[in-house]
Amino acid sequence: MKWTEKSKENLAGYLFILPNVLGFAFFILLPLLFSLFLVFTEWDYLKGIGGITFTGFANIERALQDEMIYKSLKNNLIFSVVSVPAAMLIGLLFASALNKFVYMKSLIRTLIFLPYMSSLVAIAVVWRVMYNSSEGPINAFLRSIGIDSPPGWLASPDWALPAIIIMTVWTYIGYAMVLYLAGLQGISKDLYEAADIDGASGRQRLLSITVPLLKPTSFLIMVTLVIASFQVFAQVQVMTNGGPMHSTSVLALYIYTQAFEFRDMSYGATISWVLFLVIFAVTMIQWRTQKKWQNQF
Amino acid sequence: MAKSILAHDNGRVGRSASARTRETGLKIVMTIVFLGVGLLMVLPFLWMLSASFKNAADIFRYPVQWIPEKWDWYNYRKVWTEGVTFGVFYWNSIKITFLQVVGTLVTSSLAGFAFAKLRFRFKELIFLVYLSTMIIPSQVLFVPRFIMFDQMGLVNNHLGIILPGMFTVLGTFLMRQFFSSLPNELLEAAKVDGAGYWRMYWQISLPLTKPALVTLLILAFTWHWNEYENPLILLRDRDLFTIPIGLTSYMDENGTNYPLIMAASCSALAPLILIVSICQRWFVEGIASTGLKG
Repeated sequence: MKWTEKSKENLAGYLFILPNVLGFAFFILLPLLFSLFLVFTEWDYLKGIGGITFTGFANIERALQDEMIYKSLKNNLIFSVVSVPAAMLIGLLFASALNKFVYMKSLIRTLIFLPYMSSLVAIAVVWRVMYNSSEGPINAFLRSIGIDSPPGWLASPDWALPAIIIMTVWTYIGYAMVLYLAGLQGISKDLYEAADIDGASGRQRLLSITVPLLKPTSFLIMVTLVIASFQVFAQVQVMTNGGPMHSTSVLALYIYTQAFEFRDMSYGATISWVLFLVIFAVTMIQWRTQKKWQNQF
Repeated sequence: MAKSILAHDNGRVGRSASARTRETGLKIVMTIVFLGVGLLMVLPFLWMLSASFKNAADIFRYPVQWIPEKWDWYNYRKVWTEGVTFGVFYWNSIKITFLQVVGTLVTSSLAGFAFAKLRFRFKELIFLVYLSTMIIPSQVLFVPRFIMFDQMGLVNNHLGIILPGMFTVLGTFLMRQFFSSLPNELLEAAKVDGAGYWRMYWQISLPLTKPALVTLLILAFTWHWNEYENPLILLRDRDLFTIPIGLTSYMDENGTNYPLIMAASCSALAPLILIVSICQRWFVEGIASTGLKG
């Protein structure tokens, strides 16, 4: 049999994608299916494969009644709703200033960008010590400017989540700023010159030129940061491990606790699908409202 | 006549010069403000650095002594020479990240080329399945992967982290986009000259996608260097730990010995901060051009 050009190209195509497809099938597709299967089982993990029993919808019913899931979900929502807009706003302000009004732009950009590039774990370790409520430098500073009873930060159920949010915003700013800087490069200078001739104020220029023209950039930053923020794990695990009194519990941490501390693999897998559904729904809502959102300004 | 034109011109030059001075003044003020902002952003790092040279009695003294009176290297000696040292964590991180990044570059560029430039059956379907898994958060994969790896002896084994790290859907997608931007005529001309598919990839297309490869290299590096969840779940023995979990193991063991923990954090962060500062343009461009979060 003679190889036709077409079958040669077919074969070449399969060979080129082979390593990738093998890895994809084994490390992504197969685990996904396995994880779905786990949702409908109860697994006494210490007994090995023999410990699996099929339990139907028991895990899902348990999840629906699990207050910890609702509590974690609520914390996730607060975390995202506060940290993403805050980081976007500050990032935009920094980017518009850096784009036009400063010397030593690349030095300043690097300084602001560094927290984002750094290992989240190492940063969380440092902030944990800085947040120390009795002696840490943050509260020492607050006391020195006259706040006699500063927040208890990580030790306080009311302040632990805000503390983690502040630290996270600090890391997100660099990301938002870098993307906004790239977006600003794409805005023609003529527009601003025309605005100058019309006598527009700085605020008017920001609100009627910069912000509307940056909408695609804003949308990209928002979608990316929202997805990332719903997966928040490292800083919570290092700084509070969900405490005090579950006030900082988030879904990713709850998955980890159930699966890898309590060895409840099936339930861990179930919560991970809850996380998936939440992220999926939130992303879909953002895409759906994108059109409206784009025309709003 | 000539005089009035000259006067007029002078007036214009004078006005724009004063406007320029005002602008320069504003720029200087803003530069100072933003140097302050930048300093504030790195303040936690500076605090960490100074705290790592102090002893337990001095670390929380206020006002903060940014430059320690005497430089106490004891914490660093301990971190780098006692027990399982940071040198081991570094070696593990370097080895794992290197293999993951190289693997990602190879598998992504091969598949990206085929998805962009070759015609084969089910191509669109396979690619669609790829893309549809991008929305799945990595947390969904942790539990099943742990169980699979446990059965295969890949738990507490670097392979369990390296192998999955060599394949990324995002990287494949990126490379496909870059290869798609190459003109088809180029490959058709090569075909007429009798080039095989491998030559089209290796000698003709790949050299043209060097910028894309650099971007993917930087992204893959940032994805993997700071990776925390996978090693946390899969590694048990301390001599296998990577830098992030090595650091948290220090924190867990040394509780309130804050100067020691700061020396460990500093040891974990310093080289990366150095690399990012030196190559900041590449990192910034890699992230800005793709919009991907590290």
